[in-house]
Amino acid sequence: MKAFAALYLRLDATTSSNAKLEALRDYFAQAPADDAAWAVYFLAGGRPRQLVPTRVLRELATALAALPDWLFEESYQAVGDLAETISLLLPQNGQGSDDGLAYWVEAHLLPLRGLPAEEVRQRLPPLWAQLDRPSLMLCLKLITGSFRVGVSKLLVTRALAQLAGLDAKRVAQRLVGYTDIGHRPSAADYHRLVAAESADEHSQRGGQPYPFFLAHALQAPTEQFDALLGPPSDWQVEWKWDGIRAQVVKRDGQLWVWSRGEELVTDRFPELHSLAQTLPDGVVLDGEILVWKPGATRGALAVQPFALLQQRLGRKTLGKKLLADAPVVLQAYDLLEWQGEDWRNRAQHARRRQLERLVAEYPLAPVLLSPLLEGLSWADLAEQREQSRSLGVEGLMLKQREALYGVGRTKDMGTWWKWKIDPFSVDAVLIYAQRGHGRRASLYSDYTFAVWNAPPGSPERALVPFAKAYSGLSDEEMRKVDAIIRKTTVETFGPVRSVTPTLVFELGFEGIALSSRHKSGIAVRFPRMLRWRLDKPVEEADDLATLQALLI
Amino acid sequence: MDLVIARPEGLYCPPGDFYIDPWRPVDRAIITHGHGDHARTGNRHYLTAASGEGILRSRLGQAIDLQTLAYGERIRHHGVTLSLHPAGHVLGSAQVRLEHQGQVWVASGDYKVEPDGTCAAFEPVACHTFITESTFGLPIYRWPSQAEVFAGINAWWRANRDQGKASVLFCYAFGKAQRILHGLDASIGPILVHGAVEPLNRVYREAGVYLPETRYAGDIPRNDPLLRQALVLAPPSAGGSSWMRRFGDYSDAFASGWMLLRGTRRRRGVDRGFVLSDHADWPGLLWAIGQTGAQRVMVTHGSVNVLVRYLNEQGLDARAFATEYGDEDESTPAGAEA
Ligand SMILES: [Zn+2]
Ligand SMILES: [Zn+2]
Repeated sequence: MKAFAALYLRLDATTSSNAKLEALRDYFAQAPADDAAWAVYFLAGGRPRQLVPTRVLRELATALAALPDWLFEESYQAVGDLAETISLLLPQNGQGSDDGLAYWVEAHLLPLRGLPAEEVRQRLPPLWAQLDRPSLMLCLKLITGSFRVGVSKLLVTRALAQLAGLDAKRVAQRLVGYTDIGHRPSAADYHRLVAAESADEHSQRGGQPYPFFLAHALQAPTEQFDALLGPPSDWQVEWKWDGIRAQVVKRDGQLWVWSRGEELVTDRFPELHSLAQTLPDGVVLDGEILVWKPGATRGALAVQPFALLQQRLGRKTLGKKLLADAPVVLQAYDLLEWQGEDWRNRAQHARRRQLERLVAEYPLAPVLLSPLLEGLSWADLAEQREQSRSLGVEGLMLKQREALYGVGRTKDMGTWWKWKIDPFSVDAVLIYAQRGHGRRASLYSDYTFAVWNAPPGSPERALVPFAKAYSGLSDEEMRKVDAIIRKTTVETFGPVRSVTPTLVFELGFEGIALSSRHKSGIAVRFPRMLRWRLDKPVEEADDLATLQALLI
Repeated sequence: MDLVIARPEGLYCPPGDFYIDPWRPVDRAIITHGHGDHARTGNRHYLTAASGEGILRSRLGQAIDLQTLAYGERIRHHGVTLSLHPAGHVLGSAQVRLEHQGQVWVASGDYKVEPDGTCAAFEPVACHTFITESTFGLPIYRWPSQAEVFAGINAWWRANRDQGKASVLFCYAFGKAQRILHGLDASIGPILVHGAVEPLNRVYREAGVYLPETRYAGDIPRNDPLLRQALVLAPPSAGGSSWMRRFGDYSDAFASGWMLLRGTRRRRGVDRGFVLSDHADWPGLLWAIGQTGAQRVMVTHGSVNVLVRYLNEQGLDARAFATEYGDEDESTPAGAEA
């Protein structure tokens, strides 16, 4: 546990990927295989279900620290993280247990799940008493399922690949499914991750998808594209769909649908089940699942708003009516496996050509071929991109024609760019502020924004909240805003303060829809602060009419 | 009668007609210590502890009208018996003891209960009413031992030196910097300081506090290999400035009590955070309050409401005192002297 806690501190202390990579390599080079197996699991995003209810942890910690409840609460508000708070309040053990991560997880922590609260209250204090502070915090993070340390799966993959002298793609492939809930990684699992490559490895992969290749955001002005990207003829240009990224795997007569989080979602999309019969074996498609307008003519862009897809995902059961009203399709744009062979190291254009042949030859009803856009110049493409909003897409995707299919956000084997349309924006007023969590715990960094409910000059004009946002400010700006919030506080409710409206921000967001759950009647997607409008008086912030005009 | 009340100018002693650490100019000011939020310019007469004279003059001007008292020495002023007692916060820091018609009040200023070798150690003073600060007034604040912290700083410095990197340690220039210098293992390599730190080192040395040899970082040429073995002490304001460029590839750290929290550590954006404060932690505050035997406690700057409520629940008569201390960068989590 100590070694893993030390790794956590090292990873947490730096923002440099190289330093993180080095820390990971150092850890895995010395960790016993059973500890390493669990370390990979947690670092790559694996989360066992919560082992002990948060309420029990809080009560127990409050009692052990001999504090009144309100003082525990004040402490938690100042720290912003439950595991850290408890680790700071409990009596400390300078020595600390030398038992490894695997032993702690398997012998001490996992058995806590499902125990009666009384039993948990008996078992935890002697366990906690064995840990030094860093190990204690880590242990609590594992118990609450809140372990997070700013390491991507890709980085873990790279560290293991470097250590084992393997291709990172191979390690990524082996890692698929490793972090599934309920999976208990063992020393043998770890050995398998870093073992030398075997000849039959590819054929033993069952329904596993490939790690997804992800796009980077392109933000340069169009005039610079020629210099930056070369001519448009080097690129495959498509619409950027606003749906669920998915891989459809057909092998051995079976079908699997995987979402980008490497979650198996086959059951969620019965529309795709016919592919088990119609797709040939040994095929993996990459594309986007979208709700499509029922009865749309083939070839028409009939994509429905993401909100509909979200509603569908929110339902436990998919009724007939829902399936009729909000049917999905797969906009296929890549072919990762053909005739059982891994095609990821072939060029984008070659994969596309084979994908086109496949779609032409087989009757794949729920699969549409994501259309290509043609443009003689970047300016020409920029003009086509202007239709994005009316077509219900987010902009364009630019894929290097020679690009291989990478792992995650790699750029070394060719690049995918997402060239999104500018977000919607309005000028909104900050009316509530809440303390952040984690690194922002002591700052008011989460804000609620409002717009006016009537045009300027109207009697009884009031501000109506419509969005919450917490990102987009520099640390410096955040500190200034924090100071203003403290000075202009009207009322404090726990971690939230209401303030006299003085701060105006330009707020950007991706989508907008009517909503009965919000006071304003409107819900926006991915709201974020674009800039602080120091130049704008509160009275001149936008009103609801501006928002309503953005609804299509 | 209350011996100290809060007035717009600062904490005021009505029978004695003087102020303690006033934030607006007054006729007579007793200064508990030289930090900017406690010692301000513009007062007519100053009184401070003898060991704080050098600091106060270097900060407020050599020409100020300043009277000093040795720790424990008593004077009478308008019927109030006044004496100063070590607060263990920084060089020259003092608690102010006031006695009038059988009532004793002690105003602590800022204090730290653990001795550190750079200033006289905190001495509990029995009183009826104790005025305490509350900068770290939450039970989450419990300081690691100084030995552990200095071992951490030394190890970090040594590892950087072995990698050929300068170690830049940000800390408040008065108090914290000298305390770090005093506790460091100076055999590891050369120690350089920012221009804001050196004048205060001089005052500490003149007061007889041992500090290892320091050199002004600005005197070292840019490519001198010495830079890559050095520990550099600089105020937080130097971070991100062009002054930092001379160190090339360096590792940076921040020393402050606020570094105990992961969130503040990360927001500072430095490689390392060392938990080192010149204020009392939670157990320290409770211990100091208990030692005074005071039944009445007035709480100033920091977690005022928390400490007031807690002490009341412990059966004391605790109240809040509104002051303007601690609103400078160094005492807030965002900046962090402490
Ligand atoms: Zn101070
Ligand atoms: Zn202070």
